[in-house]
Amino acid sequence: MPLLELKQINHFFGGLQAVYNFNLTIEPGELIGLIGPNGAGKTTIFNLVSGFYKPTQGDILFHEKSITHLKPHQVTSLGLARTFQNIRMWNSMTVLENLCISQHYRMGYSFMDAIFSTKTYHEHEKAVVKQAMEILESLGLSEAANEYPKNLPYGLQRRVEIGRALTIKPSLLLLDEPAAGMNPSDIDRLIELIRWIREQFHLTIWLIEHQMKVVMSLCERLCVLDFGQIIAEGSPSDIKNNPRVIKAYLGDEEADDNAEN
Amino acid sequence: MRHHLSLIVYLAICLLIIVIFQQSWLNAYIQIVMMFIGINIMLSSSLNLINGYMGEFSCGHAGFMAVGAYAASLLNMGLFTTSSIFGHSLFIGPQYSVFLFPVTLIVAGFCAALVGLLVAVPSFRTRGDYLAIITLAVNYIVKSSIENIQEIGGARGFMGMRQVVNAMNNVINIPWLMIWILAFAGISIVALKRFVGSTYGKGVIAIRDDEIAAEIMSVNTQRVKLIAFMLSSGIAGIAGGLFAHVIGYINPGTFTIMKSTEIMVMVYLGGMGSLSGSVLSAILFTVMLEFLRPLQLFKWVLIPLLLIILMLFRPEGLMGNRELSDVFPGLRRFFPSKEY
Repeated sequence: MPLLELKQINHFFGGLQAVYNFNLTIEPGELIGLIGPNGAGKTTIFNLVSGFYKPTQGDILFHEKSITHLKPHQVTSLGLARTFQNIRMWNSMTVLENLCISQHYRMGYSFMDAIFSTKTYHEHEKAVVKQAMEILESLGLSEAANEYPKNLPYGLQRRVEIGRALTIKPSLLLLDEPAAGMNPSDIDRLIELIRWIREQFHLTIWLIEHQMKVVMSLCERLCVLDFGQIIAEGSPSDIKNNPRVIKAYLGDEEADDNAEN
Repeated sequence: MRHHLSLIVYLAICLLIIVIFQQSWLNAYIQIVMMFIGINIMLSSSLNLINGYMGEFSCGHAGFMAVGAYAASLLNMGLFTTSSIFGHSLFIGPQYSVFLFPVTLIVAGFCAALVGLLVAVPSFRTRGDYLAIITLAVNYIVKSSIENIQEIGGARGFMGMRQVVNAMNNVINIPWLMIWILAFAGISIVALKRFVGSTYGKGVIAIRDDEIAAEIMSVNTQRVKLIAFMLSSGIAGIAGGLFAHVIGYINPGTFTIMKSTEIMVMVYLGGMGSLSGSVLSAILFTVMLEFLRPLQLFKWVLIPLLLIILMLFRPEGLMGNRELSDVFPGLRRFFPSKEY
């Protein structure tokens, strides 16, 4: 039973077609990568899956149920979490508060409970904080709990953002360029972290990445996107030698030597 | 015991104020100023939920106040008084106003909260400057609608709320209005504090910090916005109802953009995202307005000037994002702290 299915997705921004006939099936437990030159439509696809955009055509199934027309918070509450290309933490609140708020969909009490300070409220609030602390501890971030995310080093901010996505208790985690802006030692730690959370939380992971080191050492399957179309799909070693991929990344022989890489 | 310390302190202060009022140790003018302080505390702290915690720019708060003021006055006058506009009192007798006055205020708050939907629903799709224009429009819609309903006095407004207060005093002669102002101001502050202190209510702050992240991280942003706007305008409505009964006369001209601006000044003076800042600045601002009264119209030159100076040298307001207990940690023992 596939975990996520994208069927014949077409997406337009006005007259511009950003995604052409995109088809992909992700099985539970997979670690799959989505790569492609800048502007190929990778983040658009993540935005479509997480419900932020509605596809012009096509259907997205998660656990064999259509999520095409759900709002982002509804999609997330089904267990589909994501991180962002540019870290998006709530910077006026502490790391712990960040990890509590992301459990909003299973808060279990209404705002009236909060105002009347009922027993339900206190019980659920306790559970939410406990859950957040557990995740922080497992990621080795318990000391950062009362820090503000913006005061943390970049690598830790990434870790916190992944932690925040984990509080959703996802079955599928989308990582949008987790290694962007990281130095080589941070990247090694990130690769380790992704491997570890995958084991620990039984996750299926789909990631966008430009750092070939990350993609090649982590992903079992790759999907290459160019101008909104899949141009190749397969194992990392196949992709590395695929002439269409090389062409998309390096350009034609006649093309400018300075082309995108 | 420790958990109720702040409540006991507050009740003691209330009792002191009520006794002072009862014994007429202060003259009527100072009494009215104190009532305005209470009402302004409600107004500024409720607007702070939107302008401070949610980071939107609502500049039509007086509109909700107007709805509450008219709803409460109409209900009370219709129920308990006999007047030329509303005819004979509908209810069994004016003496019941003692019990039903707070109920009418809550109903007025609900009416204002419903009008708050006029802002809440557009806020799903738009924000920032555009939403600010919508709040301004709502303020004008409310004001102009009231102006054009001749049955409730149109632009002339109407008076007679004193009769309701008198009816209450005829049953038991205690300062009813001040009691209800103290009660509702206290309840509003506690409700707002608990709301923004809960993880659910912190969804409001998440929307301010990054709305996209909030929506994608499972915060039902539409519902959170709906609750925040309705809570805020509801409290403003109750404050409006109390305001009408303190003044004894209302007309649409009272609830213009000028009044909204006054409330906004209090919020920015106190500091966005700080409830204790809002309380402090409501007290400061109301007292300052009264002290500057001899300057007459020049008051409105001086006060905006103060605002300019404030924005230049302390743009985060008196308290910034902090609460009183952050500035004076000694106060913490008055507030029950949450430790999970």
